[in-house]
Amino acid sequence: MISVVCVKVVPKSEEIRVDPDTMMLIREGVRSEINPPDMNALEMALSAKDRYGGQVYIISMGPPAFVPFLQAGVAMGADHIYLLSDFTLAGADTLATTYTLSKGIRKLGDVDLVFCGEESSDGATGQVPSGLSEWLNFAGLTLTTETALDIESGLARGRREIGGGYQILEVPLPCVVSVKTACNEPRFMDYERKEWAFDRERVTIWDAEQIDADPDLTGVKGSPTVVSGLSQAPVRNRKKQFLEGSPAEIADQIAEIILQNS
Amino acid sequence: MPLSLYNADNADQSIWVYLERDRDGLAGISLELLAKGRQLADQAGWILGGILLGSQNSELCRAAIAHGADEIWSAEHVLLADFTIDAYSRVMFEMILKGMPGVLLFGATPDGRDLAGCLAVRLRTGLNADCTGLRIRPGSGELVCDVSGFGGGVLALIEMGLNRPQMATVRPGVFSKFPPDWNRAGKLIEFPVLLKEADIQTRIIEKVSAEGVDLTQASLIIAGGRGIEGDFETLRELADILEGEVGGTRPPVDDGYIERERQIGQTGVVCSPKIAICCGISGAFHFIVGVEKAEVVIAINSDPGAPIFEHADYCVVGDVRTILPLLKESLQSQLVEEI
Repeated sequence: MISVVCVKVVPKSEEIRVDPDTMMLIREGVRSEINPPDMNALEMALSAKDRYGGQVYIISMGPPAFVPFLQAGVAMGADHIYLLSDFTLAGADTLATTYTLSKGIRKLGDVDLVFCGEESSDGATGQVPSGLSEWLNFAGLTLTTETALDIESGLARGRREIGGGYQILEVPLPCVVSVKTACNEPRFMDYERKEWAFDRERVTIWDAEQIDADPDLTGVKGSPTVVSGLSQAPVRNRKKQFLEGSPAEIADQIAEIILQNS
Repeated sequence: MPLSLYNADNADQSIWVYLERDRDGLAGISLELLAKGRQLADQAGWILGGILLGSQNSELCRAAIAHGADEIWSAEHVLLADFTIDAYSRVMFEMILKGMPGVLLFGATPDGRDLAGCLAVRLRTGLNADCTGLRIRPGSGELVCDVSGFGGGVLALIEMGLNRPQMATVRPGVFSKFPPDWNRAGKLIEFPVLLKEADIQTRIIEKVSAEGVDLTQASLIIAGGRGIEGDFETLRELADILEGEVGGTRPPVDDGYIERERQIGQTGVVCSPKIAICCGISGAFHFIVGVEKAEVVIAINSDPGAPIFEHADYCVVGDVRTILPLLKESLQSQLVEEI
């Protein structure tokens, strides 16, 4: 059984600042990390490997500088990294991203499962999993908190969390599974694996040609959406009145404000 | 540029809204999108259409017209009784190619997101997620979407050239619905559905619907951030006293202290309560977006320089662990006096 986990390396959200003049992101000095929801996807893939065996591959898009972050995933238990890295792939919106990932996954051959995080902490569109299913023509299980496989019949079952309730859905393999953020506890790196995991042998870098990507469908060129401008979000003016006094007096004032306004 | 299956030259001058249902009828997000769609359609002189898939649609069709739709594309079939991505995407894809709307809007709900993500690829068009503002450029019919950038309160204005339909998702609570006018007239288009069991590979084994919390409807929200260090119990006690709801910023949600559906902000819920009490929240822009529509904001934070104070009506510099228990006592005694 072959599982692929789509992993995005993102800037740490708490460290992001915006230049007030240019309104561009200040990237200098901002550390990166694996998109936290993708850690839950990786964990789900690794527990499936624990139960059913097989291989877990990490696939990602970005510059070679992302490799060390992805290697942490190998140290957790994944088997190999496939990094799609090419300047023509940069600037991709959802359509181009899902196309590019699907080409990379296709190149891996007979994949049974593709796991994705629910959304990314930077773009947060949450649209990659269903777009990927469509390009790959795989079934889809989205927003799952648990999955189980029936390998003999080629079926995957997942619990899809919606609103206050849930559904148990069953789809044929191969399928794309999106994993609900925080639904599991990602395991720590296995220090005994560390040396093996951080060996360059675990990494394969493919450019656009190697995944046979149509240049009209990747990167900026393959992205129908265009940023046509930036502006400051309107912010409502508030009273900004500081409450003074002892904690007990302040608590009384808050209580009064609440009761007057509700 | 990838070529969409149809484009600006042959698209219809119409805005379509994908309609979802809840226990009471049309879902709140659908009413909000109909209201926004109506406004855009009036400004552009376009038609507002609603798309309804299900096994019994007639009542909801009437409701959608009362809430602003000019025409309803209704697909009724026993295999559409429950949402499955296979059946819904197939029928909607056929509908879209028939009606060729210029703009197509979805709620950023579980089903809406799945459907939008899948259809955008099938149609080879663009999709803007979690838009906080929508405008149609007069003349060209281009949809300009406001999408909050990564922190800092920057709005990116995103559009998509000639690709059609111009697709966007919007989170619940971002736009306001308006009251129905049951005398409004509209057209019902019954769309023929050819579906077989074999077309649907998703099997629904079990379905448990429960009334999820809906923070968009809460009149009082008490929200916690990193600064409350996971102590949502105190917040819940206060919410119970005040008949409000508890919410959180993203970090405690990611850490599992509070359910994701209670996350407030750009990637969560935009709420519009009478009062929002923000406890131990620094005030990142992502969060502020979620309480912009609150009438009164009270903020408690130990850091006098916390950005949240720029966005609050009443500011308390102090330790939430001291203030909140005192607030509880004070509320209890004041409420007893009132009775």
